[in-house]
Amino acid sequence: MVTFNKKKFRFSDWLAEKVIKAVAFLSIAVVILIFIFVFREAFPIFKMDKKEAASTETLVQESYGGLGTDNSTVKSADNQVDNSNRKQTNDEKPSSSLLSKTWMPVSDNPRYGLWPLFLGTLKVTLIALLFATPISILAAIYTSMFAKPGIREIIKPVIELLAGFPSVVIGFFALMVMATVLQNIFGYASRLNAFVGGIAMGLAAIPIIYTLTEDALTAIPKTFIEASLGLGASLRQTAFYVVLPAAVPGIFAAVVLGLGRIFGETMIALMATGNAAMISMNPFDSVRTLSATIGAEMAEVVFGDIHYNVLFLIGSLLFIFTFALNALAEFYFKNLVVRKYQSKK
Amino acid sequence: MNDIKVKVKDLSLRYGTNLALKKISMDIPEKMVTAFIGPSGCGKSTFLRTLNRMNDLIDNVAIEGEVFIDNINIYDKNIDVVNLRKKVGMIFQKSNPFAKSVYDNIAFGPRINGISHKSNLDEIVERSLKQAAIWDEVKDRLFHSALSLSGGQQQRICIARSLAVNPEILLMDEPASALDPISTAKIEELIHELKKEYTIIIVTHNMQQAARTSDLTALFYLGDLIEMNKTEIIFSNPAKKQTEDYISGRFG
Ligand SMILES: Nc1ncnc2c1ncn2[C@@H]1O[C@H](COP(=O)(O)OP(=O)(O)OP(=O)(O)O)[C@@H](O)[C@H]1O
Ligand SMILES: [Mg+2]
Repeated sequence: MVTFNKKKFRFSDWLAEKVIKAVAFLSIAVVILIFIFVFREAFPIFKMDKKEAASTETLVQESYGGLGTDNSTVKSADNQVDNSNRKQTNDEKPSSSLLSKTWMPVSDNPRYGLWPLFLGTLKVTLIALLFATPISILAAIYTSMFAKPGIREIIKPVIELLAGFPSVVIGFFALMVMATVLQNIFGYASRLNAFVGGIAMGLAAIPIIYTLTEDALTAIPKTFIEASLGLGASLRQTAFYVVLPAAVPGIFAAVVLGLGRIFGETMIALMATGNAAMISMNPFDSVRTLSATIGAEMAEVVFGDIHYNVLFLIGSLLFIFTFALNALAEFYFKNLVVRKYQSKK
Repeated sequence: MNDIKVKVKDLSLRYGTNLALKKISMDIPEKMVTAFIGPSGCGKSTFLRTLNRMNDLIDNVAIEGEVFIDNINIYDKNIDVVNLRKKVGMIFQKSNPFAKSVYDNIAFGPRINGISHKSNLDEIVERSLKQAAIWDEVKDRLFHSALSLSGGQQQRICIARSLAVNPEILLMDEPASALDPISTAKIEELIHELKKEYTIIIVTHNMQQAARTSDLTALFYLGDLIEMNKTEIIFSNPAKKQTEDYISGRFG
């Protein structure tokens, strides 16, 4: 006779529940700790600024007034060598230099202007997205709608395998092969630049965008496809007028996650973009991205130095941005899909 | 009896190694309602879907035999399946309007066929919705999402959507099985109206529905066509013992 009027204690269930709970909270705690660490290391820039601002204001303004007029030439940096006595004062007010147009952290008069880094990251990201998105989406449409099952079973895993490629390998390939080939084709001046880096990062992002897009496309209920074909639409019309529009939120999510991947990509950026921090709109100029900056400079920086803090500030920005992108993809776009198909039975 | 619209000759279909249809032969008359009945899994849907080649989409399907529509074998190599499906519309068990407005749902087929003039589209949308007896219910909501309608309304939207491409044959796979009695009655009434212009083939699990709506009834069992005849005869005086048993609920 089964009795259920008294709750029975089941040890293994209890243990399993506690262990799973502990692991889940541990991983959340680790993320939060990293978050706190990164922000704490970045924080001194702002604190220092407030304290020292009043005393150094005049000097600093003078110094930046001189810089602002011709800061794009290397000469101006050389001039500043003479003023090495000012170095100290500049160091003490780093946050105003964050918005300047020069990233020159190890000169005698270090400047931490983030604009060239932002612009460089934006340029590379844009190029990578423009390259990766159409290819990924078309490939996903092909495998989900047109390919025979045999072909699909080959293409899908192969593209997904690319996701496991170490980015250093893609970076090396870009550095040795793509850079030369693309230079021969387009005939631009600097071998390593935003374009080469962008294409290489696009390669790294294709598997993510492709896989998630393909998932979004295959998640469209078969009944929609049958309805469309039943109305005499061709497979192509069905793919582009029914399946693709219905999958748009999922595809957005895929692109946003791909964007996160590109944005945080360090190795390829380091190897293929040329790493020159400059303000230029030309896609064939060298650039330096935010993540590559951390990757390149963190090893040489003095612990606790302003440069160190600024690198952590960059890290925080990357963190916030990727976090926001993932949250956007996860909550906004996924909800959109759910609302579209599951609100009514 | 009207002219023959669909003529099926020795049609067999295999899903992999599973023989789902065994040498089916039948004649389906024009502008009448033919009902397919039979226990679950006997191949009714499979057979219905061979009539507009919807099974082409499924992997590992092998089909033998012939299906003539207006004396043309639709399994001939030169057949244009896309145009065949314009002529043979399909309504599914689960209503499946696109996640678009009512208007865009109805206009989908005509647009696919290259009709883009707004006045033409307006006219087709209105005519199709009226034919599907849902115009009065949605005329003020043409630009609302079709998914915001009730299940019964959605199903009539799907019927209207099929009608908008001017088919000659309508295949309906349990079109009312997910609906309440009132919506079901509306669909049945609609079928009665539509048969004046269209050849209708309907799969149903509901004996009364087959008896009420159809002129001819065919009973399937395990991939075989057991018996096909005028509906009155099937329900009052069937030739086969199996038919009698099924009608009276002794198996299936
Ligand atoms: N896509 C498929 N792949 C493989 N086998 C299938 C497929 N669709 C149907 N079958 C098989 O074919 C047989 C007939 O199925 P079918 O769907 O035609 O039955 P049905 O008469 O419509 O049943 P129901 O009344 O439940 O809808 C069943 O044995 C089923 O398992
Ligand atoms: Mg069925």
